[in-house]
Amino acid sequence: MSLGNQFGRVWGFFVGTAPRRFASVSVLLAVVAAIAPTKDFFSQWRHYQKLYVHLIQTRPDADRLQRRFDTGIRQIWIPERGVADRCTTCHVALQEASLSDIRKQPFRPHPAMPHSLTEFGCVVCHHGQGAATTGQEAHYSSKAWEQPILPARYVEASCGQCHMDNLEGTPQLNLGRKLLARFGCAHCHAITQPDGTFVAPVDEPPSLEHVAEKTTPEWIFAWVKNPQAYAASATMPNYRFSDQEAGDITSYLMSQSTPSENSSHPLPPSFALPKGGDPVQAGASLYGTLFCASCHAIQNAAGNLVGGEMAPELTRAGNKVNPDWLRRWLRSPQGYDPKTRMPRYRFDEKDVALLSSFLLSKKDDDLLANVRLPESNPQSVARGKKLVSDYGCVACHRINGVAPPESFAPDLSRIGSKPLFQVGFMHGMPETLPDYIAGKIHDPRAFGPALKMPTFSLTDTQIEALTTALLAQTDRAVTMPPELVRSSPHAKYHPGGEPGRLMEDLRCQSCHSINGNGGDMAPDLTNEGSAVNRAWLLDFMKNPNTLRPALVRRMPKFNLSDAEIKSLSDYMLSAYQASGFDSQALDLSSLNSGAAARGKELFYTKYACQSCHIADYKKDKGYVGPALAGVGDRLTPVWTYRWLKNPTAILPGTSMPNFSLPDNEARDLTAFLATLKEHKKGGAK
Amino acid sequence: MKRFPLGCLILLALVLLSSGCKKHSSATPSLSSKVYGAQIVEVSGGKQVAGVGVKLSDPVVVQVNGADGNGVAGALVRFHGDGLGTNPNEALTDASGQVSVSVQLGGIAGGYELAAEIPKQGGGTTSISIREVALGYREKVGKEVSYKYCGNCHDPESTPERVSNLDNLTPPLPHPFTDGNTLNAMSDADLIKIITDGGPALGKSPQTPAYRNTLTQTQIKAVVAYIRTVADPPYHAPASKR
Repeated sequence: MSLGNQFGRVWGFFVGTAPRRFASVSVLLAVVAAIAPTKDFFSQWRHYQKLYVHLIQTRPDADRLQRRFDTGIRQIWIPERGVADRCTTCHVALQEASLSDIRKQPFRPHPAMPHSLTEFGCVVCHHGQGAATTGQEAHYSSKAWEQPILPARYVEASCGQCHMDNLEGTPQLNLGRKLLARFGCAHCHAITQPDGTFVAPVDEPPSLEHVAEKTTPEWIFAWVKNPQAYAASATMPNYRFSDQEAGDITSYLMSQSTPSENSSHPLPPSFALPKGGDPVQAGASLYGTLFCASCHAIQNAAGNLVGGEMAPELTRAGNKVNPDWLRRWLRSPQGYDPKTRMPRYRFDEKDVALLSSFLLSKKDDDLLANVRLPESNPQSVARGKKLVSDYGCVACHRINGVAPPESFAPDLSRIGSKPLFQVGFMHGMPETLPDYIAGKIHDPRAFGPALKMPTFSLTDTQIEALTTALLAQTDRAVTMPPELVRSSPHAKYHPGGEPGRLMEDLRCQSCHSINGNGGDMAPDLTNEGSAVNRAWLLDFMKNPNTLRPALVRRMPKFNLSDAEIKSLSDYMLSAYQASGFDSQALDLSSLNSGAAARGKELFYTKYACQSCHIADYKKDKGYVGPALAGVGDRLTPVWTYRWLKNPTAILPGTSMPNFSLPDNEARDLTAFLATLKEHKKGGAK
Repeated sequence: MKRFPLGCLILLALVLLSSGCKKHSSATPSLSSKVYGAQIVEVSGGKQVAGVGVKLSDPVVVQVNGADGNGVAGALVRFHGDGLGTNPNEALTDASGQVSVSVQLGGIAGGYELAAEIPKQGGGTTSISIREVALGYREKVGKEVSYKYCGNCHDPESTPERVSNLDNLTPPLPHPFTDGNTLNAMSDADLIKIITDGGPALGKSPQTPAYRNTLTQTQIKAVVAYIRTVADPPYHAPASKR
């Protein structure tokens, strides 16, 4: 009997006659109608909810947990934020703090967080499909329905959708944003942030318009080939140029170079250093006393970088710079590069000679030993120009003859929501967005040899941080209601007039912030005029010795003239005033010797201020805060009093605790501090 | 004639169903070795502190030693840890007897134990446990706040950015936040009190200022959460009355 015949008999049994057909169809309908309730009955979430009910029976607070739990599909619905999250259907105990010892999912309570569950739901931070009611659909993505759970290691990215300010709880995001600016990502990629501002690069790559004055073709060649061979801390990425390409670029850079303003001034006769003595040694100690290391780093014998990262590393500066260029640069950095952050020191010829001999001695004889420059000719210059243009060198550096490109690289403003079907994954890599972004930062050319993005020297931690910062750039971040976006203020304050030009010349705002604009390396000067006494300020400008003995980074000595000091001091004392620091805040006649004696007792016993401050160099050792020996010369009593009453109100973010001193204690301490005077010129020791 | 295609359709549906139900199993071939060590020791990479889910910046390195105390090459080491990701899961020691493994922390804040295990000659295993610490949101806040306000005195390590002030204080000296032997004995309430109201509130040194008006209670609790997480030896919360 054939298969067809057998099948025919079965078919006949079910649908042979009308009643049989009716019965069969009825049974079929009943089965079909039962499918949905059955699926629902055996659904994953019901399973979890049953397990949960079972679990809470064993808990001491079973009754309370039971009362707070209702079965069924649960949902957080916030229409104005586009949130309809059913995650709590399985994650039933998210708000049950008493279950915090349970680590097994989906029953773990949510750890402490700054927002409540009902305020934002789940998907805003964790991604995933909020409407799904199975684990598979909620957590994982398919090519058609893509929005997988954001891995825990990148979850700080979600905070960055609203928060532009540095949060205490998001170190990885903060680092990533810092690196985006520091490694100059935004020179090539436009990145609009949720508050509408652009990521602004802070690395300030040098102008190359006069580069032939500064260095040699051999150095340019070696640098273009591998920047990190010259300075391990260099942020310039490695383009993996061939010798031929590096040679062509060198040819073009040398040929386009024009004379700088500095070169139009005759070089003063070189200073004859006194016989005997070691100029390199003397230069090194001058480098130290000038606090060049506040901004520049040099590798020490152990291979560790010592110094700041604001300015280029100088470990092998002797391999790079032409001696005449260096002498002119030290006298006037702005005459070579008007946009440099380097201040113009008032060096005399001896200082320049000593510093030059020290810096020129910082070299590594092997660095340029094997450089064989290809011949430079009009063809190589033309090829070099094309490379400079093709690889977007002008996105970072100013170079004659090549215009800065517009939108050179893809806009990254919404990279965190990039659809996966638009992503070209490498073969074998996990097909997720975080893996793609991290992979692209780690080794861009692995995604295609023709890609132009260069290789940056970044650690795994830095790549993770950068990926986090980029994952914050989501569609949701762009469409977030403006009232939710926490922006940090942007100010453009620059001092005006003649003192303003002087402060510009000294690049004060490279380190000091004034009215919200400037660096964070040195104290904020916004209210400096209310804080300090004129005599002290004049002394300090002349000889800026540190108030914080433990700091490596310190105010350099600019060798200002008396007229310059007077002009600067008068300006700061009148322009940088805060309100409420007049004599009405404190009755100065109450600062008598009795108050000072009580204040001394409070200082040493009740509040143990000497743990952090030095009032007397002979016996105190604390150096968390500034030294207070001589503070009576430095600060006005009204300032001291108000500072003691509430330091955070004057300087938000200061690490000085607010002791909430009663008025009389603050007054007594002020009286004591006012007696701390050094009685000599030159400020603190 | 109509019946036959229907039969085919049912058959096809069954085939599709069964293929859809097929489980994807990918068992990796297990390493084996005939070389046995006597003991296993940690070389580096323990006690790292990082965010939840993060791959630790330094690998964990262990060494297998023979009875003579020298490294044994080619010995098998297996790694596993509840909630931890390890790459590789097992490896043979190199010429110096060492194995390096990269570790990814789990998604839950707290301590993790990485077990490194070697088979013993004649059956059984020997293993060591290496502790790593994962910080969640609250512990990260605590770490930042501690670094800024507490670390100057409580952290004995100096960095180029910050010189430790610990040696400048008069005894009684502050305890490092990792000092579980001392701090585990203090209750959460006492830790919160000493931060909020200063040392004298618990009859201790006034060198610990009161942070009542400087830090919020959320920040203070975050510091306590951080102290609990990095405690060495680990902190175990007392069974609370619910």
